[in-house]
Amino acid sequence: MSTRQTTSPDAGSVDAVETAVDAARESTTRAGGAGIPGPRPESPVAPVPPGPVTMAKALNAALADALAADAGVVVFGEDVGTLGGVFRITDGLAARFGTERCFDTPLAESGIAGMSVGMAINGMRPVIEMQFDAFAYPAFEQIASHVAKMRNRTRGAVAMPIVIRIPYAGGIGGVEHHCDSSEAYYAHTPGLKVVTPATVTDAYLLLRAAIDSDDPVIFMEPKKLYFAKDRVDLDALKEQYESGDGPRAALESGGAAVARTGTDATLIAYGPSLPTAMAAAAAAQEEGRSLEVVDVRTIVPFDDATVAASVAKTSRAVVITEETGFASVAAEITARVQQRCFHSLAAPVLRVTGFDIPYPAPKLEHHFLPSVDRILDAVDDLQWED
Amino acid sequence: MSEDTRTGITDAARSFGITPEDYMLPARDLIQMVDPEGRLLGAGPGPEPGHDYPVPADEDLLEAYRRLVVGRRINDQNSALVRQGRMAVYPSSHGQEACQVAVAACLEEGDWLFPTYRDTVAVISRGVPPVEAMTVFRGDWHGGYHPGKHKVGIQSTPLTTQLLHAVGAAHAARLRGEDTVVVALCGDGATSEGDFHEALNFAAVFHLPVIFFVQNNQYAISVPLARQTVAPSLAHKAVGYGMAGERVDGNDLVALLAVLERGVRLVRGGAGPLLVEAQTYRIQAHTNADDATRYREDAEVQEWLAKDPVKRMRSYLTGRGLLADELQARFEQEAEQVAAELRNGLNQEITPDPQDLFAHVYTVPTPQLDEQSAQLAEELIREEAS
Ligand SMILES: Cc1ncc(C[n+]2csc(CCOP(=O)(O)OP(=O)(O)O)c2C)c(N)n1
Ligand SMILES: [Mg+2]
Repeated sequence: MSTRQTTSPDAGSVDAVETAVDAARESTTRAGGAGIPGPRPESPVAPVPPGPVTMAKALNAALADALAADAGVVVFGEDVGTLGGVFRITDGLAARFGTERCFDTPLAESGIAGMSVGMAINGMRPVIEMQFDAFAYPAFEQIASHVAKMRNRTRGAVAMPIVIRIPYAGGIGGVEHHCDSSEAYYAHTPGLKVVTPATVTDAYLLLRAAIDSDDPVIFMEPKKLYFAKDRVDLDALKEQYESGDGPRAALESGGAAVARTGTDATLIAYGPSLPTAMAAAAAAQEEGRSLEVVDVRTIVPFDDATVAASVAKTSRAVVITEETGFASVAAEITARVQQRCFHSLAAPVLRVTGFDIPYPAPKLEHHFLPSVDRILDAVDDLQWED
Repeated sequence: MSEDTRTGITDAARSFGITPEDYMLPARDLIQMVDPEGRLLGAGPGPEPGHDYPVPADEDLLEAYRRLVVGRRINDQNSALVRQGRMAVYPSSHGQEACQVAVAACLEEGDWLFPTYRDTVAVISRGVPPVEAMTVFRGDWHGGYHPGKHKVGIQSTPLTTQLLHAVGAAHAARLRGEDTVVVALCGDGATSEGDFHEALNFAAVFHLPVIFFVQNNQYAISVPLARQTVAPSLAHKAVGYGMAGERVDGNDLVALLAVLERGVRLVRGGAGPLLVEAQTYRIQAHTNADDATRYREDAEVQEWLAKDPVKRMRSYLTGRGLLADELQARFEQEAEQVAAELRNGLNQEITPDPQDLFAHVYTVPTPQLDEQSAQLAEELIREEAS
């Protein structure tokens, strides 16, 4: 165990997270995983640089643009109407598009999910919000038994173009039931796609693609990143989305992206863990180690090609997720990498995940969350001979 | 209750000459119009206000009886095919056929039906080709017909999940300005499930044109109704949702038609959702795999056999001089044709294509599914070679 004590973005406030994300953004060159371009190069003629935009605002813009683009899109859930959602992701949608297109339901998550199934059967594209990760559990029967299986059951006759938005994961000092990393439940269910953005740009592009997908998408929003900011031009993003098909292709065949290039080892992360991984890579750089960071982005379908190409290049890998580690997405990724990259690996693939315990109370959560130190310790353990 | 909701109910009820108060509460006694011997009931304490139903038109009665004769034959034929090993399982609605055909008869072409595993006769009566309806029980796929084509949901197994699909389908139709009525079916035991509550509440709050039709056949596999609820009746559950409820003799086709026909018109006319409980009996075991002698006496079955819906309707129509022998023979002949179609269809050896396993999980198979399908293809080639 090392005695390293860097500041972990996870242990701190939202400010710390924002700083980490901004830092991550600035040091990032995105090599396209599945064709989602990175930030546009500064145009020499652009008179006003785009202002800082939060992930919450980008998600809100994606919903608004999707509602404007397709009359079949409807948004509903708990408090999403007048209030605009407890995280304000649906802010202003009911006012702009009317209460038929964006509305509150009674408090019943199975009801919300089941109703979305019926609406999809009858030709609509519902986007539903679960208020928090653990409050999506009442909807699990509808999700696992119908949302995921209706297309297969009907041999493709009935599509389920449903997006289920779930704010997830911790790092916000939330009480019990507000911080679960529940992605493995969904990833384990064939028929669902599971997507999670880590950047403001991806939040917009992936949500638009999820809404346009004819397959059901569990869209997991890392709530600690909702108010992380980035300098993006939302109009330009809209233009970019509507004129290309990169994000849609990512949802079809997997769309991981190299978030930071490096040569010595690969950190594989997504959603809430990406800023931590980026911070760890930055810290490692100071110690003279060049770490590559891969942002998984689409847990299902998983982009084996991008992930394996990175690990084949660096020969070492650490998988970082916030979920409890046993029978997790991290376990699946580790197994896949091991199998595909066995002959180029210099060390076993390691994992930094949450412990196998219920998510801790606020004062204890920093012990649970993957931290920069834990990641760097894992990197140290990757059998460096030199 | 919102002003609009109240007005909707009042206007619709008034157009039938009944007060909203009388409309909302279930009848004190079951609505019965023809007694078990086939005699039209007229005597007695007299109909309650708001629950006084006219006898349907002769041609509607004959058309429903035709469906009834066919429905009984479908049940008998399918049970025989199960005994002969042509099908894995068949949950027969023997004894409940009046409910099954009344539901199908009261719907217009553009309306939707969301049935359960027990409702095959309703599904076929609605127009789904008999062999397609039986695919699920034959065991070559989880669903055999195109829901959109017939406006019939796939027969649902997870109890009451389909009630929420009915709510969603009705809501989608409303958003597009269509005057669709949706009928959702479930059993007595299923009324204890959470989705029953969520669906009724959603339908009432959104004031949707949905009829929840409960076939109370007295048992949920082995568990009698007394173990599900101590409510005065299942129809009374409507009261708590601010929805109209009605209770009807489920072995009396005349009463069923009268209640459902008025229900459909009221619901289509803006009266909001309706809960109808039909009292009937499951003459056979839960499925062929169940042994009903473990939980009920034969005397009870005999008692209900005396109230058989087919015999009752036949004596009623014969007594009224509406059913000449020749017409009866024509109906029986049609029933034999459907039975022959079932025998021919289900006796055919169907070999499902194993590659179909991967074809409909997603719109486009993921790279992982492509790999797995290639693996299976290889296995099959090797198998064939050896
Ligand atoms: C959610 C769920 N729980 C349990 C079952 C297993 N199950 C199948 S049918 C049945 C009994 C249902 O009884 P009822 O609603 O009265 O309908 P009936 O079979 O009598 O038509 C049960 C428990 C199921 N299909 N779904
Ligand atoms: Mg029952």
